Amino acid sequence: MFRRLEGVRVPVEICVNGQNVQASDGDSVAAALLVLGIATFRHTPKTGSPRAAYCGMGVCFDCLVTIDGEPNRQACLTPIAPGMTIDTGTRLPQLSETASI
Amino acid sequence: MSHSCDLFIVGAGPAGMSAAIIAARAGLSVVVADEGGAPGGQIYRGVQGGTLAALGADYHEGRALADAFIASSARYLPRSAVFMIESQHTGGFDIGVSCQGQATLWQSARVLIATGALERPFPIPGWTLPGVMTAGAAQTLLKSSAIVPHGPTILAGSGPLLLLLAAQYRRLGVPIAALLDTTPGGQWRAALPHLPGFLASAYFGKGLALLRELAGSVKIMRGVTALAAIGNETLNAVDYTADGQTHRLPAATLLLHQGVVPQVNLAMAAGVEHRWNARRLAFEPVLDADGRSNIADLFIAGDTGGIGGAAAAARQGQIAALAMLGANAEEPRAALKAALRGRAFLDALYRPALQFRLPADDVIVCRCEEVTAGDIRALAHRGTTGPNQAKVFTRAGMGPCQGRGCALTVCELIAAERGQSPQTTGHMRVRNPVKPIALGEMASLTRSAAPQSD
Ligand code: FES
Repeated sequence: MFRRLEGVRVPVEICVNGQNVQASDGDSVAAALLVLGIATFRHTPKTGSPRAAYCGMGVCFDCLVTIDGEPNRQACLTPIAPGMTIDTGTRLPQLSETASI
Repeated sequence: MSHSCDLFIVGAGPAGMSAAIIAARAGLSVVVADEGGAPGGQIYRGVQGGTLAALGADYHEGRALADAFIASSARYLPRSAVFMIESQHTGGFDIGVSCQGQATLWQSARVLIATGALERPFPIPGWTLPGVMTAGAAQTLLKSSAIVPHGPTILAGSGPLLLLLAAQYRRLGVPIAALLDTTPGGQWRAALPHLPGFLASAYFGKGLALLRELAGSVKIMRGVTALAAIGNETLNAVDYTADGQTHRLPAATLLLHQGVVPQVNLAMAAGVEHRWNARRLAFEPVLDADGRSNIADLFIAGDTGGIGGAAAAARQGQIAALAMLGANAEEPRAALKAALRGRAFLDALYRPALQFRLPADDVIVCRCEEVTAGDIRALAHRGTTGPNQAKVFTRAGMGPCQGRGCALTVCELIAAERGQSPQTTGHMRVRNPVKPIALGEMASLTRSAAPQSD
């Protein structure tokens, strides 16, 4: 679990798992989710084991969530935007569906 | 629109920004691409908007550099991932850049790779559980969003960054349940010969101040020989072993760190020669004193070339830019020497313990494909000669992170099983594109890159 030291700076409305919530401008999607108390971002396709942001810098790809309908986006590298929809917790499709040659 | 420049820099951390400022001032057209949303790199993440005094003076020193970089004529591409660098036959480079689903091909006469470092893999039981994170990730949350852990928080591992994070949390009133120090007890002996350099360095005073600050305010358990993250859906406890006794602590957040290693993927895929550094336990590019690689006009500066810290990175960036300009670099060279003083001592003292690099058989080493240490050892016994074969058989390193999180572990595991040096075992082969790129993006890139397309 995580909390903000300074409170929301500039509020931004986003929609997380079908619920309208407030985040703070400048947050990454990962930061916004963690402060909302969303601990698990996804489950692995192979064993269904839970994952969340690990490296926080775009390296590990464990923070993948669905953003505005597009699966497998890196939550730690994506800034929130007004009206953005974010979905977590779903069993995401195999990553090989996007080319990782 | 033409996408060409004289110098293309990958990474807007201290090395990339410093090089850009000098090259741009000398009249070169400079482009700097970085995955972050603002300049600074991991070390100065969010420094231009940063107001938290608790982050310390070293962090806020990055502000002037970031301001000077933004004020320079260098073109800055934020949120841009470089997925490919390729030498052209005619000289110069093709550089593939992906920004928000849009791929662009740049041409540049010279390239500087300054992509910095990443956390050394820290494979322990349960390290894939939500609630377990790198100390670096926690620092990024703190620097860019002023977000801190809530609930029982444990820091575990070894090295100055862990102590710094503990001190920053303490200043901000964030409670730390325990700091589990995995630094092996007898290592000060190996570090001793490097003591004079350390005593003369800036690290000495800063380290002492940190330890003094933490003494009495944070519970530090030393000589931790085993760690495990416990939980089903999320972390709820941490097991640690010290003095042969195992204890369990309730935990909501576990922050891991055992040093950082160079980000090698981009340079390796571009064909830069790398060698195993046995002292720093990592693969590093082979560079001359200016940061020149075996590929003409491809330079590397900062932690990507071998871990030296932010102050050294800035100097290396300046040196590389001056070398490209054929200018004198005496002053930054002297400053670099001073900045690197004390590193050998830290490297020896905080050398990560074997059991945290080569975990037990049931521990996952490749997080992407969920491959265990036992899977790799079994392959090594069956005659697998290196990480590339292991990759084919287990998919270790085939996931989206492309081995960034497991390559070192896989290499060291095979080397240990076969009784050879990691240099002989070799690093997993890395190919372009070094970041997963959607097929549509590749298609659009090919079209815009084809000279006859319009
Ligand atoms: S947390 Fe590792 S890539 Fe996002």
